[in-house]
Order: sequence, then structure tokens, then C-alpha cells
Amino acid sequence: MKINKCLPLTKLATALALLIPFAAFADNAKKLEVFSWWTSGGEAAALDALFKVYKERTPGVEIINATVAGGGGSAARPVLQTRLAGGNPPDTWQSHPGWELLGQYVEPGYCEPLNDLYKSENWGKVLPEQLVNLLTKDGKQWCVLAGVHRGNDLWYNKKVLDKAGIKIGDTISIDEFLADCAKLKAAGVTPLAVGDSGIWATAQLFENTLLGTVGPTGWQDLFSGKMAFDDPKVKQAAQSYAKMLEYQNSDHSALTWDQAIKAVEEGRCAFSSMGDWAHGEFTKANLKDNVDFGWVSHPGTKGGFIVVADGFTLAKNAPHKAEAIAWLKSIGSKESQEEFNPLKGSIPIRTDVDKSKFGPYHQWSMNSFSSDALLPSCVHGEAAPAAFQQALNDAITQFVVDKNVDAFCSALVQAAKESNIAK
Amino acid sequence: MNSSTAGSTDTNSTAQIAKSRLSSIREKPTRKRHFFDRLLSPLILSPAMTLIVIFVYVFIAITVWVSLSNWGTLKIDMSIRQPLGVTYQQMFMMTRWHANLRNVFVFTVLFLTFSLAFGLLLALLLDRKLIGYSIFRNVFLFPYALSFIVTGVAWRWIFNPEKGVNVLFDTLGINKLIAAFGGPPLHPGWVTDTSVLFSLNTWLGTMFPPLKSLSIQLGIPMALIPVVIAAGWQLTGFAMSMYIAGLATVPHELREAARIDGASELQVYTKVVIPQLNPVTVSTAIILGHVSLKIFDLIFAMAGGAGPGFVTDVPGIFVFDYTFKATRYNLGAAASVIMLLLVCLIIVPYLWTNLRKR
Repeated sequence: MKINKCLPLTKLATALALLIPFAAFADNAKKLEVFSWWTSGGEAAALDALFKVYKERTPGVEIINATVAGGGGSAARPVLQTRLAGGNPPDTWQSHPGWELLGQYVEPGYCEPLNDLYKSENWGKVLPEQLVNLLTKDGKQWCVLAGVHRGNDLWYNKKVLDKAGIKIGDTISIDEFLADCAKLKAAGVTPLAVGDSGIWATAQLFENTLLGTVGPTGWQDLFSGKMAFDDPKVKQAAQSYAKMLEYQNSDHSALTWDQAIKAVEEGRCAFSSMGDWAHGEFTKANLKDNVDFGWVSHPGTKGGFIVVADGFTLAKNAPHKAEAIAWLKSIGSKESQEEFNPLKGSIPIRTDVDKSKFGPYHQWSMNSFSSDALLPSCVHGEAAPAAFQQALNDAITQFVVDKNVDAFCSALVQAAKESNIAK
Repeated sequence: MNSSTAGSTDTNSTAQIAKSRLSSIREKPTRKRHFFDRLLSPLILSPAMTLIVIFVYVFIAITVWVSLSNWGTLKIDMSIRQPLGVTYQQMFMMTRWHANLRNVFVFTVLFLTFSLAFGLLLALLLDRKLIGYSIFRNVFLFPYALSFIVTGVAWRWIFNPEKGVNVLFDTLGINKLIAAFGGPPLHPGWVTDTSVLFSLNTWLGTMFPPLKSLSIQLGIPMALIPVVIAAGWQLTGFAMSMYIAGLATVPHELREAARIDGASELQVYTKVVIPQLNPVTVSTAIILGHVSLKIFDLIFAMAGGAGPGFVTDVPGIFVFDYTFKATRYNLGAAASVIMLLLVCLIIVPYLWTNLRKR
């Protein structure tokens, strides 16, 4: 009897419980879901700066900050892929331009084109054409970039080099670099710091050396299939890379890239080749630009700028489309660009920002950005499909151990064929 | 008196009537229940069965399909890749996959030997009923309660080339001792070590010439040793508890009889007790074996992934990298199918013999 009396109540409760999720979905106005993997200190602060500007421009919108921690998005991408394939996309998500954006997300139809936004905001006038090309497909633009990192930088500890009597000018060639390394090694200093517990860090060293050997036009030819990956120049780059590896720290495979930068900061190593996200590590350690540490374009790469950019897309069937478009508008604004980039350690994509807000390194990088050839990075998924990126990482993983140039190049040739870079 | 007897017969008859009524009430439902029982158990089981069929067997079938398909980007493409099975062919040509198979084989053998040997040893020591038996039993079993990720992070620090045990080699003076004998100081790279011991390449190459072209060394990668130690540390307790349970089933009379026949204490164990534990060894080896074939989290936490020269790469990490990083769903699925077959190779004969016994 008691049970019978309670039954209607239970039924009512169950019915209400079932309704709750629908109630949550019904109220979808004035919200915006932003998906990214910016969770570490500086990155999270930079993302907050973007949110701040957005909230000022469009008050009353609740931002759902869907971040997934994990270096370089290694944990976030599987989550994003599942959501996209399941038809539950976030309104906007973080992506590199180039292949990752155009091949991975645009081609299967997960994104909305943004050419109207580019037109209405007049971004064509303030953004470098080469950069816009990286996010254009079929004459339409597909994402808005928040900032640009330079991938091909060689960082050094100034005091260590002074002590060894080495001076670095505006530019350095691969041979000069190897000679300096030999000199440092003879003086008992570990010349090169590499932290390849995440294999991309040493792949970055190869990528930079490859650009230093084939040059900007060779780079374009390689990734458009005009030049083969077993071209003598690529082999030469692999040999130079192998020579550099002889000068690296012995504990390289136990370190992460930032621990390698730390080795340079503390003077245990002299050089490290890394993108300019490394700059943040130097400033975190209270070291001064051009006093404690210095930088130069990676050997042989003067005149080339490897772009590692972060942008946001607009999802097809975005649940909050109007808010998402306002978000993209906000990211592209001068205000956001000036707030975001000093915190992230990158430079604005707009050429009309106030340069005085940036330090010596970033001013140098901005000059390079406005005059050099802008090239997509392969290690960061911009120049080639993810499958090729993985194959390059695998080939590097094998190469750091056996230094077999022919096997390395033929693995890349095979991968280029499979991912339709080369015919 | 009379009235009471009358009353008693009265109550008797009412009791009988009640009984007969009750039985007539009972009888109907018995038939009903019998019918109901037959229908009910499959009916109750059917949701679970349906779910298992869908979420296990249908999904396995889908995985096999994906492994044969063209699905190599984020765009789902279930069309069959021509020629049939070319993804598998490509995978078996990959240096990385060769390293995977070598590693998973070496790891399984070493890990099983380690856990079973130490598990048996601990169980036998505890069998001697030393003081603090229950404390030690629990202490040895505690690591099993941890997740592989936690174990991995802890052992990653212990086997850090710059810290952990390597510092101990210095502070304990072991390196001074080695230096005194003119040897180089002991500073192993542990999970970052790229050397491969006992390489069989030349020997196998003379026997099977096609193996000469292999670009990996067939031997024991040094980097796997710390992983084996960590995994062994975690699962030795499990093997031990299996053996303790097994030891409890060895009849006391058997040992007594052996002792009366003049067997030494050592012989009691080697000739009587341990042979009795064979079925336990087989089941433990199978449980641990399939754990080791599927291992992913421990290596991911300890070595961060494939490691230089793929010394710590295993199929689990291969599947993760190729499915989610390279978005080559067909290749990832192909590797998963091979992983499944490897596990089947261990489990199916065991299940088969077990079911036949019944």
C-alpha cells in the first residue's frame, strides 16, 4: 500500500528528472562555447584577455570555456574529433591555419566560410596576403587568427658565448653554426640543448634546418610536390641535422622543450633551436633580451618566417552562431590583438598595431613578419596532412637513433605519396 | 471435552480445506511459474545480451570494417580500400610496427617472468606463517590498488636519468667503487636508453634472409627494463594473492605424507606444492598476459610515448598516435584488430580447454 501511494510521486520525480536536460538545452540564447587547449599559465591568461575584450564588446553573453589540457592539443584533438563526428560541435575551436584547418576541418564540411566577415571588417587591408592565403580555400577565408609565433629561432645564452669568444651577428649559416658548436664543445660546454621527450621538439630542429638548406622557394616546392623528399638538398639537410645532433645534450630524450630552454638559461648549454614560445620561458626566469640571452634566425633561414599561428573557426550549425561571429570579430580587432599577444608571447597578425607595446624580441619578429616569406610549419600541422606529420615524427624518432639518411628520406617519400603531397 | 473435540475436528477439517485450497491456489502458479521462468530469464537477460552484442561484437565488426576502409582523414569514409587489406600490408611493412611487435613480445615475456617469479616467492614466504603475515600480505597487495598512471608517474621520477636511483648510485658510493676498478660511472638512461641487448639480427638473418633488411634490432630494448620493473612492482602482489589462494587448496595431508616419506622441506615445495600450483600459474599468466598486451597508460606516463627509436612503443600507443594524431582511422583500426587477435591467441585456447573440462 505504501509503495502504491508513493508510486505517483516517484513517477512525477522521474518525469521531472528526465525533463531537466531538455530544459538546459532549450535555453541556448546568449551563450558561446570556445574550445581550445590553452590551459598553462601564460596561455590561459592570454585566452582570458580575449574573453575580456569580447565581454566588453558584447555584454551579457555567457562564455563556456571548453579547454582540454595537454601539450600541443594532443589530448584536446581526440575530444574535438569525437564532438565533430558526433554532430555536437563547439561554436568555435582552436586550429592552426594551413592543412590542419583546410584539410582536416574545412574539407569534411565542419566549418562555415568567413569571407563576408573579412570583407565587412576590411581585414584584407591590414593582414599580410601570404598569411591570408594560408587560411583561404576556394576563395573563401575559414578562420580568424589571434596571433603568430615564429618557429625558426635560434636562442643562445649570451654570457656563455661571450666567455667562449663567439659573436653572433644578424645572420648565421649552418657551417658557421657547426663551427661554433665544435668550438664550444672543445671548451667543455654542451653546445646544443634539445628536449625531445615530445618528439616534435627535435622535429622542429630538423624542420628549421631543412628550411635553412632548401630556402623559402624550396620549402614551397617540397610541400606542393614539385621537389621530392629524397632530393639531394633534403639529404644534405638531414646530414646537417645529424651533425647538429652530435652536439646535443646527452639527456635530451628525458627533457621537455622548456627544460631544454632552462638548460640554456642556466648556461649548461649554449644554443637551442625553438619557436618563440621559448621567449616566455626566458622572461619568466627574469632574463633580459639582448643582455642575458639573444636570438637569431635559425642557421640559414634568414628571409624565411615559419608561421605557427593560432586561429579560431566558425562551426557549421553552430548552436550560437551570432555570438560566435561576434567572437571572431572581436579576435580580429586591434584591441584584442594588442591585449592577447604580449601575454601569449606571439605577435599580432595586423600590421597596424602599436609596436611600442612589445619588447625588443617581438619588434624584431614583427619586422621579420612584415618583410620575410611566410611559410607554413610542417611540425605544427600547417604544411601537410596530419598523417604526413605523424610519418615525419616517426621518421625522426628512428633517425635520432640510427642516423640513416637514405632510410629517413625514403620514409618521407613514401609518406608524401600516401598523403597525396607528391604524385 | 466434547466441545473441545468437536472444536478440534472442526479446526482439523477447516485446516484440511484450507490446505487443499492452498494447494489448488499453489498448483496453478507452479505451472505458470514454470512457463514464466523459462520465458523470464531470457527476457531479463535480453537487454544485457543486446547491449553486449551491439557494444562488443558489432563494434568489433565495425572496427574490422574500418581497418579495411579508406577512412584516413576526419571525413568518415567507409568505402573498402582496394586492394583488400592493403592497410594491413602497409602496417606490416612499417619499421615502427616491427618495433611494436618486438617490444610487446619482450615486455610480455619479461613482465610475466618477473611477476610470476616474485609473486610465487612472496606467496611461499608468507606460507611459512612468519610474524606479521597479514600485514605483509596487504603491503604486497597495495600497489595493485593503484592505477597505472599513478605508478607510471612515480616510477618516471625514480628512473629519471638525472635524479632518482642514478643519484643513489653516486651517493651510496657505488660509482666510486666502479671507478676504483677502472670502470665508467653507472649512469643508465633508463627509459631514454636506446640500446638493444642480445640482438639476434645476424643470427636470424642467416636463417631467414628476408629478415636481414629489418631496420630494427631484434633483442631486448634496455628502455623496457624500467617499465617491466614498474609493471612487475604493481602486479606482483596480484600474482602473490593468486598463489596464496592456490596454496590454501593444497591439502595439508599431502605435505605431511611427503615429510613422512622423507622429503626435505625444499623438496616438499619443489616436488609437491609447486606442481599443485600449475593451474594457478596458467590462469595468472593469462590474466597478466592480456594486461601486458593491452598496456598503454603505464608506458605513456613513464616514457611519454614511443620513445627515441621506438624503444618503448607498444601497439596501444601506435593505435592512439595513428587514430587521433594522424587521423588515419583505418591504420589505427588495423592495429587494434591485430591487438585483439594477439589477446585471442592467449585467451581462446585457455577458455576452450576450460569449457571442455566442464
